[in-house]
Formats: sequence, C-alpha cells, structure tokens
Amino acid sequence: MRAIIVGCGRTGAGIAEALVGSGHEVTIIDVSSTAFRRLRPDFAGSAIRGDGTDGDVLRRAGAQGADLFFALTEGDNRNVLAAQLARDVFAVKRVVAKINDPVRAEAYTSLGLNCICRTAMMVDALKRFLGMEGDPHAQRVWETIGERDKAKVTEAS
Amino acid sequence: MFIMVVGAGRVGYYLTKELLASGHEVVLIEKDPGRAAQVSADLGSIVINRDGCEGRDLESAGANRADIVVAVTGDDEDNLVICQMAKHHFNVPRTIARVDNPKNGELFRELGVSDVISATRNALAAIEQDIPVHELLHLAQLQHGDIEVVEAQITEDSPAVGQFARQLSLPDGCIIFALIRNDVLEVIRSDTMLQPGDKVVALSRTDTQDDVQRLLIGESPVEAVEA
Repeated sequence: MRAIIVGCGRTGAGIAEALVGSGHEVTIIDVSSTAFRRLRPDFAGSAIRGDGTDGDVLRRAGAQGADLFFALTEGDNRNVLAAQLARDVFAVKRVVAKINDPVRAEAYTSLGLNCICRTAMMVDALKRFLGMEGDPHAQRVWETIGERDKAKVTEAS
Repeated sequence: MFIMVVGAGRVGYYLTKELLASGHEVVLIEKDPGRAAQVSADLGSIVINRDGCEGRDLESAGANRADIVVAVTGDDEDNLVICQMAKHHFNVPRTIARVDNPKNGELFRELGVSDVISATRNALAAIEQDIPVHELLHLAQLQHGDIEVVEAQITEDSPAVGQFARQLSLPDGCIIFALIRNDVLEVIRSDTMLQPGDKVVALSRTDTQDDVQRLLIGESPVEAVEA
C-alpha cells in the first residue's frame, strides 16, 4: 500500500514508521527539514521538504492514486485543504485529516471528510477516566474512520 | 446587504471601507488583536477581534444572517475553511475567497466557494496578453464563474486556420463573436476566415473550455508530449 503523510510531527513520524514497519511504501512531507529528525536514521520511506497544501508538491510526492493520505500538520485549515486536494484532485482512496477544533471537525465530518479530533478524543478519554459518560461527539468522529476505513486499512496490511 | 469580511489586511481593510461607502452593512473580522485595534481606530465598532475560522466566532459575528462572506486573509487554506464553514454551517448564500496560489482557484470552486479572486491570476492574465500563449486567456467571469469570456490566439499550428467561422464545430454553450486582427476589432460572421495572428474572443461555459481550446488553439505542447 502507498501512503502519503503531510506533517512530520510526533504523530506523523510515528504513523510513518509504523506503516514502513509493516512493509508499506511511505512518503512523508514537511515544510521544515529539521522535522525529519523525528524519524529514525534508518527510516526506509521517502521524506520530501515542501508545503503539503500545494498541489504541485503533492503531485511530486506521488499523491496521484495513493491508497492512504494523512493530513497531520499543526494547522487545522492546512489539513482541511491538503485532505480535500488528496480526495478530490488526486483521487486518494482513504483520506484522514487531523482537526483539533471540535466544531470544525464536526462540520467537516458531516461534509464526508474523515476527521480525527485530538481535543474531542482527549476530553472523551478524561471523562471516561473520571467515570463520567463519554463524549458522543468524539465517538462519532472516531467511528467515521473506524466504520469506513479502519478495517480496510488493517486488512490491506 | 449584510457582508462579512474576514481578514483585515490591506485587501480586507480597503474592501470594507469601499463597501461601507456604498452603504452596505459590514463587519470586519480580524484575529490579530494589534491589527484589529489599528483598523478599528479608523473603521469603528464594526471591527471584531475574533478568529474567522472558528465556528463560534463566526456565529457571534452574525454569520447566520450574512448575505455574503468574503474571506481575504493571507492564507489560502484559511479562506477555504471560512467559506466552507459559512456555506455549510451557516447557509450563507454567497462566498468569496481570495487565493494566492492560482492553482487553488478551480479546486475552491469545486469545493463550493461561489467566487474566487486571485491577484496572481489577474497579473498572469495581464502579462500573457502581451506574449504569445498556447492556452485560453481568461478575461472575465459571468454567472458566478459558470461562463467566461476567453481569448484564443490563433497560431500557424491552430486547427482553425483557414476555416470559415461556420465550419467550426463549436461545443454547446460557446459563442465566438469577435476577433482582433492587426489591432482592429472585427465582428465574426459566418464567412470570416480565421488567420494566424487573430485573437478570437469567445463566450464559453467553463465545462466546455477544453473543447474550445482544442478547436481554436490545438493540443497544448505539454499534452502533446504526454500523449
């Protein structure tokens, strides 16, 4: 499976190494080459310096027809743009955008984008830790990925 | 009309001033407190120091009753999100986004933004009118961008050379109506024969422009190589 990851933060680097470890072809993109220090020195994927919201950069990274696309930069809006480019211009099969603002995450989930919302997930986890009822919003955002794509991704690996 | 402008850079500031002068109700949203204070000294209480990308902030600024939302921040991705939130979350009938990367223009329209404005695109068009090109020049948009006025420069390689206007099998939704030959404007008649050097002006639906380009200019060099 061919995966494109935009944003080489802790999450991006972590999932890139996990995918490479299970034998997938991974290209990770970041605007800063120092971000690639988060990758292990023997990282077997490709790392490209560039703006992942720029269609030319994504094309060069091989986004066209990729199997998987994760938009994981620190900017919600950059992730929204990159994810929609991947889905609508480059016909990537499975696209996930990290959106930390719960309002925006819910809005884009209802527009059919797979959103993962760190805020909603952490609030949900902490509420459960306290024995309170979980956050239905976090559940919904998470299950969108689970139902539609999670099974297929694990199956492909 | 109630117009919400997001981003108080130079574009947002001058746009707001002009809209106010034309008698519209306007709010200007700016997330940077310093810049917001600076423009509100001039424009008054219509300046709101909030983040136009935040759903709650858009709502408190009155997005629910806005007729138009104009997103003119310096970041294409922010302008996209502002317009999409306005359209889908607040049912704003018309949204306008500034794009700096001209390649984002078409994508943003496909993603539901009503109008896209691009200084980069306009500057390109102004330059390209003076140099030979192998693509349609986009002169003006009508009907929120569904129809465009385009110009095709006929070269010696154009398939249309030596053909009468009536012989051209133009797609539906395309009319060629004028040409510029030796700097003189002429109306195209059925017996007008196209010559190298002509600049043909056409009205065309955006979805038929590939056909128009192929017919009047020919395959672009890049496509020809790939094919």
